Amino acid sequence: MSVPEQATREYLDAPIRKIGALAWLKENLFNNWYNSLLTVLTLLALCYVVPPFFKWAFVDSLWNTSAEACRDIEGACWSIVPNNIKFIILGFFPEGQEWRPILAMILLLSLVIYSKEWTRWNKYLGWLWVAGLIVMGTLMYGGVFGMPVVETAQWSGLPLTMMLSFFGMVAAYPLGVLLALGRRSKMPAIKTLCVVYIEMIRGVPLISLLFMSSIMFPLFLPDGMTIDKVLRAQVAIILFTAAYIAEVVRGGLQAMPRGQYEASDSLGLNFRQTMRLVILPQALKIVIPPTVGILLSAFKDTSLVVIIALYDVLKTTKVTLSNPKWTGYSTEAYIFLAVLYFICCYAMSSYSRRLEKDLHTGH
Amino acid sequence: MTETQPKDATEPIIKIVGMHKWYGDFHVLSDINLEVQLKERIVICGPSGSGKSTMIRCINRLEEHQRGQIIVNGTELTNDIKNIETVRAEVGMVFQHFNLFPHLTIVENLTLGPIWVRKTPKKEAEETAMMYLEKVHIAEQAQKFPGQLSGGQQQRVAIARSLCMHPEVMLFDEPTSALDPEMIKEVLDVMIDLAEEGMTMLVVTHEMGFAKSVADRVMFMDEGQIVEQNNPHDFFDNPQHERTKLFLSQIL
Repeated sequence: MSVPEQATREYLDAPIRKIGALAWLKENLFNNWYNSLLTVLTLLALCYVVPPFFKWAFVDSLWNTSAEACRDIEGACWSIVPNNIKFIILGFFPEGQEWRPILAMILLLSLVIYSKEWTRWNKYLGWLWVAGLIVMGTLMYGGVFGMPVVETAQWSGLPLTMMLSFFGMVAAYPLGVLLALGRRSKMPAIKTLCVVYIEMIRGVPLISLLFMSSIMFPLFLPDGMTIDKVLRAQVAIILFTAAYIAEVVRGGLQAMPRGQYEASDSLGLNFRQTMRLVILPQALKIVIPPTVGILLSAFKDTSLVVIIALYDVLKTTKVTLSNPKWTGYSTEAYIFLAVLYFICCYAMSSYSRRLEKDLHTGH
Repeated sequence: MTETQPKDATEPIIKIVGMHKWYGDFHVLSDINLEVQLKERIVICGPSGSGKSTMIRCINRLEEHQRGQIIVNGTELTNDIKNIETVRAEVGMVFQHFNLFPHLTIVENLTLGPIWVRKTPKKEAEETAMMYLEKVHIAEQAQKFPGQLSGGQQQRVAIARSLCMHPEVMLFDEPTSALDPEMIKEVLDVMIDLAEEGMTMLVVTHEMGFAKSVADRVMFMDEGQIVEQNNPHDFFDNPQHERTKLFLSQIL
């Protein structure tokens, strides 16, 4: 007897995927001969490297002792970090005033963390930032409320790194967007100016810009007039980063279809409204990944300020190592620094990934 | 210098006099003369490359003309950016590829123009937007993003977006050409409703059924010129020019 024909078609179950550790291993690590070979080789290499490192870093190591105690051990002498932490982090900030930069850093971090939610970006947050920056500046410089003045030359260590990179990014980004718009302008003067600027800055290394800002630039100033050295370095970093941001943003602008411009034109939006409401929100979103790349390298490049004798966190570490007591423990100190940098960079890039996901609107 | 002319009932809403346009050396539009009365529905057809899209794009200055005059609702289109923005706010445009703003929700797409150009309060703009979304039968999608809608739905949103600006004239640039066949009807139905309400419309389309049932005047363009125009009955049954006959024989 035949089954009556049905109008609905048959829906088959998807093939069952093999599960379990062995299936996973077979599928991912041993699915053909060269992958198997690579897996074995990698495992061998890891066996060779990881246990000794583990032994050095954790088993034979000392964590909080004097330098003398470290002389007799085979392993890592992490003691260099806790023993010098104050100098590595705060550098030459005067004795007894350490709470000021620490508070300023905490304030900056809290503001950054609070601002993570892009739904909170509004006018009040803007004012909160302005207030926060004034408080931070006051804390660092002092001169009021009985806080002695601390000249910028004494600003060093982590607060200096954070300041140079944070303001470097925050100021370079809008400047870069403006440059990108300028480069696409129909007005020849503006366009040429932007092209010349971008290509000139991108044509020289950051080090040379820092040199110019610290050595050449003061020569052109009238007698008796000085501009703060930290400020000059800060401006150099901003100008440098902005040129790179500009090119990335220009790429995003070029990716925008003409129809988007036409649609906003046909609604009667003017140029500024079109840019602000339609084009830039989309273009800047497209270029989040390369932008973050540039911001990350800007962050790491702030360590180049050592060549103009500013003591960022890398330089304070070096100074610590030049103390004969601790000279032999550069690996430990630099690993500590690397972890510090990594935490910051990883936070930035994972934040950008989340932002990208939040702003995705299914097209 | 702004040239403003008195508005009265008989004054055409769009007046194009001796208009020429070149793309570089290429003479795309030649001696276009056209008067559109308020509430008139005009369908423009012609082979591809005949300049029909270019002509209607000149009416809101998405393309610039080099010679002649275009006057829309008493405002002449010149290089004066203020005039251009005035005309654009009064002329709605629907594109072949919808051109919705993908980063904004449907309702934000609709309120963008009213809020920023017309300075309508947000709440009022949203109410108007919902009203027009009802009208194009898509109100339940208001909070979605364009990327989540089908082509036909997107085009209906695009029509509603233009209507929110309360335009005097609506331009349609091949509104159904990018759509799957089963979605064409839902868009045409919305356009027919609009025509019945008395909207002044210029429609570039290959949908001859729409032309027959809705148009007051059908216009045939070829090689950058208006070759022939007539009421739909005479246009389809008794075309005068050889080129029109040839074109109609190919598409009907």
